Amino acid sequence: MTAAYGQALDLVTRVRGVRGAMLVSAGDGLVVAELSMEGIKGSAVAALAASLASRVGRAMQAAGLGSSTFWHLQCAAGALLVVPAASGTLVVAVAEPDVNVGLVRLELLRVTEALA
Amino acid sequence: MTTRAVEGWTLEPLRRFVGEAAARLVLLMTPAGQVLAQHGFARAVDVMSAAALGTAIVVSTTEIARQLAQPPFAALTHQGERHGIFLSTLTTGQGRIVALVVFDLDASSIGLVQLFFEQLVTDLQAASPAAAPRKDVLAADFERDLSDSLNLLFGR
Repeated sequence: MTAAYGQALDLVTRVRGVRGAMLVSAGDGLVVAELSMEGIKGSAVAALAASLASRVGRAMQAAGLGSSTFWHLQCAAGALLVVPAASGTLVVAVAEPDVNVGLVRLELLRVTEALA
Repeated sequence: MTTRAVEGWTLEPLRRFVGEAAARLVLLMTPAGQVLAQHGFARAVDVMSAAALGTAIVVSTTEIARQLAQPPFAALTHQGERHGIFLSTLTTGQGRIVALVVFDLDASSIGLVQLFFEQLVTDLQAASPAAAPRKDVLAADFERDLSDSLNLLFGR
């Protein structure tokens, strides 16, 4: 993992309640860079998040809403937060259920700016 | 799209893989090119060509790895404009199997195929009978065995 990617993801994982953050290639669903706690299967999260992003994107376009800028899936035991970057990369965070979503979103957006 | 198997124990793992990875075409075959199961192929000639080409690639890359004094390559992936190809091998109680997967980039991704391929390997290993490995086809029986396999694969 390059130092720049590591530093960018480190800002996300410093938010209390974030269990992992990764950069995912949206087109092929592969991990580009990852900083995750043990127990998170990065390759599986990356593949499924990219697949979901592709479908969500198509749904948004079909509804005439443009491209998605942020999505947040809340589950019983945690949350998945994703910001698509312009470079065809997804910035993904896996978090505890009570995480400060606004703060994580802000850090994810900062990562997309750093990538640009 | 139909999923059919010459070896019955491969059918359910293959169906599950196809459903989850959204694969367009799948071939499971021996390293000698004998087809064990297929999904999505409409013509016998396509199955025979894909099996021959897939196993030839595996044999070639295995030999390249041998010449480089490396273990055989785990998988080979090719991404085209609209389709991707994934080729890998796995070992079951019935011996080594070659898997060839073709997927639409609109419906799936290499990440998804790799993810669910791990599950396919586990499922095939659990489903494969441990005893009595399959016999290699003898030259004398080749024509008949090939016809029988193709008839099974295309429901004739």
